[in-house]
Amino acid sequence: MGILNYFRSNKQTSASVAKERLQVLVAYERNQRTQPDYLPQMQQEILAVIAKYVDVSTEDIQINLDEDCSILELNVTLPEKG
Amino acid sequence: MAEIIVVTSGKGGVGKTTSSAAIGTGLALKGFKTVLIDFDVGLRNLDLIMGCERRVVYDFVNVINKEATLNQALIRDKRTENLYILPASQTRDKDALSVEGVETVLNELAESFDYIVCDSPAGIEKGAQLALYFADTAIVVTNPEVSSVRDSDRILGVLQSKSRKAEQGGTVKEHLLLTRYNPARVDAGEMLSVEDVKEILAIPLLGVVPESEAVLKASNQGVPVILDADSDAGKAYDDAIARFLGEDREHRFLNVERKGFLSRVFGRKG
Ligand SMILES: Nc1ncnc2c1ncn2[C@@H]1O[C@H](COP(=O)(O)OP(=O)(O)O)[C@@H](O)[C@H]1O
Ligand SMILES: [Mg+2]
Repeated sequence: MGILNYFRSNKQTSASVAKERLQVLVAYERNQRTQPDYLPQMQQEILAVIAKYVDVSTEDIQINLDEDCSILELNVTLPEKG
Repeated sequence: MAEIIVVTSGKGGVGKTTSSAAIGTGLALKGFKTVLIDFDVGLRNLDLIMGCERRVVYDFVNVINKEATLNQALIRDKRTENLYILPASQTRDKDALSVEGVETVLNELAESFDYIVCDSPAGIEKGAQLALYFADTAIVVTNPEVSSVRDSDRILGVLQSKSRKAEQGGTVKEHLLLTRYNPARVDAGEMLSVEDVKEILAIPLLGVVPESEAVLKASNQGVPVILDADSDAGKAYDDAIARFLGEDREHRFLNVERKGFLSRVFGRKG
């Protein structure tokens, strides 16, 4: 490995950043495609209920349905107690 | 029975029309009776890339509306035997193509052609969906760039859910054609590599076409770039056709060409 490569390997190249971003996005969008049509609406409503009681934003709540629609998983990151 | 191939991508400007022209010509050169259909209603360009724009009298929409017969609308290519072009309409009416109308035309073409190559418009909505609806095979044209890769994945989603094959419980055969590839920028870490794109899209690789000056030159002259047999892009498309027909050919133009001393001194660009 040349000295140039050595320096380069410490810093991520823009292509590897692109790859990582794409992998996350594509996985997310594929998942969305296979989800039932009612899911976005249901997510919104669950979010609204939780937000009524706890101070959380959309990013703090993850709602996933597994592939054969048998397990609904709800993850809520609660705000730190101040 | 004809095989229906759609050349699609989601994103615009990635090389669908360039690739359609090369693929159609390549198949005809191998002796298959081939028709190229321009599905880009309102933005027809395939005739220009094929160099037959002055011979367009009737178009796809005229045939669907029974204002002309297929034989009147089909343009026989002057350079390549076995090759015909069905131009798109310049109408601004986006709904000029109907599923039933397209099906009727494809059925008639299928009686006498081996391959029907459909050049899709950009997008993932109606026009693009109609171009891919009847496809047996999809060639997904992708550039090594984030928005193109993302859109390719979305069009794969459409192929897997909204094509006739998918509706009947089957699958459209998928091929990845990576175009405008620049090995020097890949080496510099500035561009997604073939391996990166293959890993993300997870479909078989048909070919890699390098970013090439030959493409602009060919389009200036209205000659499909595959006929520029000495050019890198021409060779890459020729390889892709051979692979499509089952031949096992190694991928070329993936690495930076090592220039000889003289060409380095005189700086000739290949
Ligand atoms: N391999 C390539 N090298 C250089 N330029 C290319 C290459 N492929 C396509 N282009 C150029 O990119 C532009 C868009 O190509 P086109 O085939 O019209 O794309 P699309 O049909 O997807 O909109 C054109 O100017 C074309 O000359
Ligand atoms: Mg086009």
